Parts: sequence; C-alpha cells; structure tokens
Amino acid sequence: MSTTTSPGVVEPGTAPGAKHPARTKRRRHYIGWVYVAPTAVLVLLLFLVPIILVFKMSASNWPLLRGDRGWNFPANFPKAVEHRYFWDAVWFTLKYTVLATVLLLGLGLGMAMLVQRATKWNSFLRTSFLIPSALGLASASLLFYALYSPQSSPLLPILRWFGVSEDFSFLGTSNAALWSTTVLIVWRYAGFYMLILMVGLQRIPADAYEAAVIDGASSWQIFTRITLPLLRPSLAMATVLCVTGSLLAFDQFYILTKGAQGTFTVVQVIYDLAFTKQNLGYAAALSVIVLGALIVINVLQIKVLKSEDD
Amino acid sequence: MSMITARSVRPSGEGGRRAFAFARTPYYVATGGLAIIFLAPMVWTTVSSFSPQAGSRQTDGWGFGNYVTLANYQAGIWQYLLNSAFVAVLTVLFTLTCSFFGGYAFARFSFFGKNVLFLIVLSILMVPYATLLIPLYVILNFFGLQDTLIGLALVLTMFQLPFATYMMRIAFESVPREIEEAALVDGANSFVALIRVMLPAVKPALITVGLFAFLAAWNDFIAPLILLNSADKLVLPLAVTNGRQQVMGVVDYGFTQAGVVVLAVPCIALFLILQRHYVQGFMSGALKG
Repeated sequence: MSTTTSPGVVEPGTAPGAKHPARTKRRRHYIGWVYVAPTAVLVLLLFLVPIILVFKMSASNWPLLRGDRGWNFPANFPKAVEHRYFWDAVWFTLKYTVLATVLLLGLGLGMAMLVQRATKWNSFLRTSFLIPSALGLASASLLFYALYSPQSSPLLPILRWFGVSEDFSFLGTSNAALWSTTVLIVWRYAGFYMLILMVGLQRIPADAYEAAVIDGASSWQIFTRITLPLLRPSLAMATVLCVTGSLLAFDQFYILTKGAQGTFTVVQVIYDLAFTKQNLGYAAALSVIVLGALIVINVLQIKVLKSEDD
Repeated sequence: MSMITARSVRPSGEGGRRAFAFARTPYYVATGGLAIIFLAPMVWTTVSSFSPQAGSRQTDGWGFGNYVTLANYQAGIWQYLLNSAFVAVLTVLFTLTCSFFGGYAFARFSFFGKNVLFLIVLSILMVPYATLLIPLYVILNFFGLQDTLIGLALVLTMFQLPFATYMMRIAFESVPREIEEAALVDGANSFVALIRVMLPAVKPALITVGLFAFLAAWNDFIAPLILLNSADKLVLPLAVTNGRQQVMGVVDYGFTQAGVVVLAVPCIALFLILQRHYVQGFMSGALKG
C-alpha cells in the first residue's frame, strides 16, 4: 500500500520505492486534482460561469422577472449610462474615493508609526484601533446612522457649542453626507490599514535606520528618504485595496442615505438598474463597464506605484 | 523580535529613562484620547440601547425595551440570528474544506493547470462584487438555490477563496517535508498523513482563515440583499436595516442600536479571543505586497 500511494506526495526520485516514475507522475496529477476539486468546482460554477454570463447578459434583453429574451447588443450600454444618476454617481464615487484613500492611508500610516514598538500601552492602542474592523460595514453604518440622527446624536450638541448652526444635519447635504460617511469609513478601516502598513514598517531593516543616524539625518529626512521609499510595496498594496474598495462603495451609502442628497455611488446605480428598473441586462452592462474601468485603474495604479521603484 | 531592535535606534528622542516617564504624559493623553475616539461609538451604542429615548419602546427608565422590539420584529430575532449563524458556520465549513485540501494540493503536488487555477482563484479579488452578484442571481436560480441560505453560503465561500487558498498554500509550504515523509514511510497513505500530521501543523492558519470567513459571512450585506427575498430567510444585518423604519417611516433608533449590539457582540468577542491570529494572518506573509 505504501509503495503505491506514497509517491503521490513526495518528489519523484526521492520517494520511497518510486520504481515507476511515469506512473508515479500520473498518480501525482490525479491526486492533486482530487484535493483541489472542491475549490475548482466552486471557482468554475460561481466565478468563471458568472463572468461569462455577465457578458452575455450585458448583450441581451433580460428583464428581472421574465429572464432571457434574446440578444440586443449594444442596446443595454447606452441605457445603463442614461440612468439619471449615472454621471452624478461617477463624480460622487470619485470624490469619495480620493477623500477616503487620502485620509485612510495618512491616518493608517500615522497610527502604524505610533504603535509599532512592542509595548503594553501600544498593544492596548492597537487593539482599540482594530476593534472597529471586527464589526461589519453594515453594522458600523447602522451604528453611525443612529450616531448622526437629528434626535439621538450626542455629537450635535457638541458641534452647536462650537458654533455650528442649529439646522445642521450630518446627512442633510451632499457634502455633509460625503464627509460624515468618510468619517464612518475612517473609523471602521483605519485600524486595518494601520496593520498593513505596520507589517511593511517592520520589514524595513534596522541597519537602514542605523546608517542614517550615523550620517546625522534628521527625523524628517529619515521619514522621507528611508521610511517612505522602503515602505513603497506596502503603501502600493494599501492604495490599490483602498481605491478598489472605495470605488465599489455600496453598504454605507445604502444604509446612511439610500442615495439621497446626490450620494448615489456607481454600485448603487447597478443595484437600482437591476431591482428598481428590474432590468438585469442594463445592470450587467454597467457591471461590465465597471469591471473594465477597475482593471484599467488598477493596472495604471500598479504601473505608477512600481515604476518609481526602479 | 526584529522590530524592537529596529525601533530602538530611531532618533526621535523617545529613549527615555523612568525618570522622564512623566515627560511623556502628553503622549499618553493624546494616544489615549485617540483610543477613546475609536472605542466611544461602540460604548455609546451599547449604553443608548438600554437608555430611555423617545420614539422607541424604551421611553422611560432603563431596560431591555429595545431588545424586546427586536425580538418581536417580524419573524423574530431568533429566526434571523439562526439564519445568520447558519450561513456563517456553513461558510466557515465550506471555506475550511476547500482551502485545506486546495492549499495542500497547491503546496505539495504538481498537476495539470495548477498555476492557471491558482491565478484564477486570486483574480476573484479583482472582480467587483456587484459584477458577479447580478449573474449569480440567475445562476442560483438555475441550480434551484435561489433565495436559499445554502446558496448564499456557497457564494460567500467563493469570495473567501483567494485569501483562504493563499493562506493555506503558504502554511502547507512552510511545513517541513520530513515530517510528512516520516509518516509515509510508516505506511500511512497521503490522505492519512494529511489528516494526522499536516492538520495539526497548519492549525493556526486554519483558525485565521476560519475567523476571516466567519466575520465576512456574518456581516455581509450586499450578497444577501441581492440573493435573498423571503422575509423569514433574511440575515441579521438586513433585518436590522429593514426594521429600523417602523410605522409610517418613523425611525426607531433604539431598535437600531439594539440590533447593532446583537450584531457586534459575537464579532468583537471572537476578535478579542483570536486577536493574535487576526494579526498573525497579516504578518505571516499573507500580505506580501
């Protein structure tokens, strides 16, 4: 038994009793596929097939309740873009993405540098910063929905004391809602980005700092000439994650404003096309556009963030 | 640890003796204040959920009024808790099964299409959630899984695969081959060796993967929003979101806060118990950049 099955695991040649390399190799293929089968089936049925289907749907007349009514390419694409909030949503989503990314990376980096030394106090700080990221985005949004409510908000009296007008409301105008939502996102995600950047900081070798200290560099010089360049891989990954996540924002705006006050995001338009306009063809068309845009944006980001490396 | 040595040479003048400890009071006040800002919203929600407030069931005195509203909302909180727990546990089981065997295959076997399959798994991260959910809505119909919690759990598992498979592959790759070979020489076949020898060796990675899968599944909002319809199948985040608007569109903030507490307690408890694994999940090369 051991001679026939064991070569499935160890390298051919080193296997105990691997007398038939060809047969061994075939077995290895076969056993590898058996172990990877659950993953492969799930990826095929719930990832590859949907991607093919979304392209077909984007080129088909596909009402939500009646199903596929045949090809109609390219009619869905102009229809999706003609959604009355589409361009507003694109602009709003971009504004939100820039705001959230700048704040999250800036704060995340500051917090990472603050807590990177292993002390008891720092581990308390890390835990405090990380606890919000255990909450779901929907839970956090519901929490801030109450925190921002005109009736029960404990923040309004404080703001009024600072001279903010009586009729200020956190979600009342487009800009107020944008900032209020960004505050919620920063609260929920700052710890997560802190963690990513902390890992990057700890990969910077100690001698890099030592050399700079010996050369008499100032703290600021060390930060700009050593920390930031050596942190580039982690910063690049954090940027890609943050931009992607923000461009696809949905839960927070769906729960806080439901798109009121011009806070429609692009994914909200997809949802609206599918389930309010009840046309999966339109929704699929916009999904394909978003997929394409996201790939272009990510390739550009990776290029820019990498090229400065060399 | 390397980070201690790295930091000890930083020239920021922090290298204080005990005598200077009190010179750092402003530092403790500032960082402590920051920690309070991060903790305050949750403390406020918990306290308010028990406190008297207009427009909720708990109008005078402190008590569990808001939780009673929550308990009696439509199908009842127990139903929604059960649904959420079912989906989360199922997602954890599916994710652990797929990534345990899949990670082993990717780490220790060479098979046809291995690299392509691994890249496809990772590329799940690159495709927007919504782009997949629109066709998945149709595909689950096709399999008769529309509006079912099992269908939802399968979809959530798929979204966990990139992180889970990557983590488990790395975990298996870092187990020395000698351990496994010793078991094989003793006459165990590869499956027995996997369960007896490899399972204990990759347990920390499994805990990390399981924790992430649980948090993601318990908290997911847009997938159940799109894939579930029936009122008795809703998961907790959706039930609380729908339920906050009570009669005539008046918002019951007490209900909302009680809902947030019920949603958050399991997550925060799990996070605090498994915090080490959560942080290690990042440290162990899962995020190589």
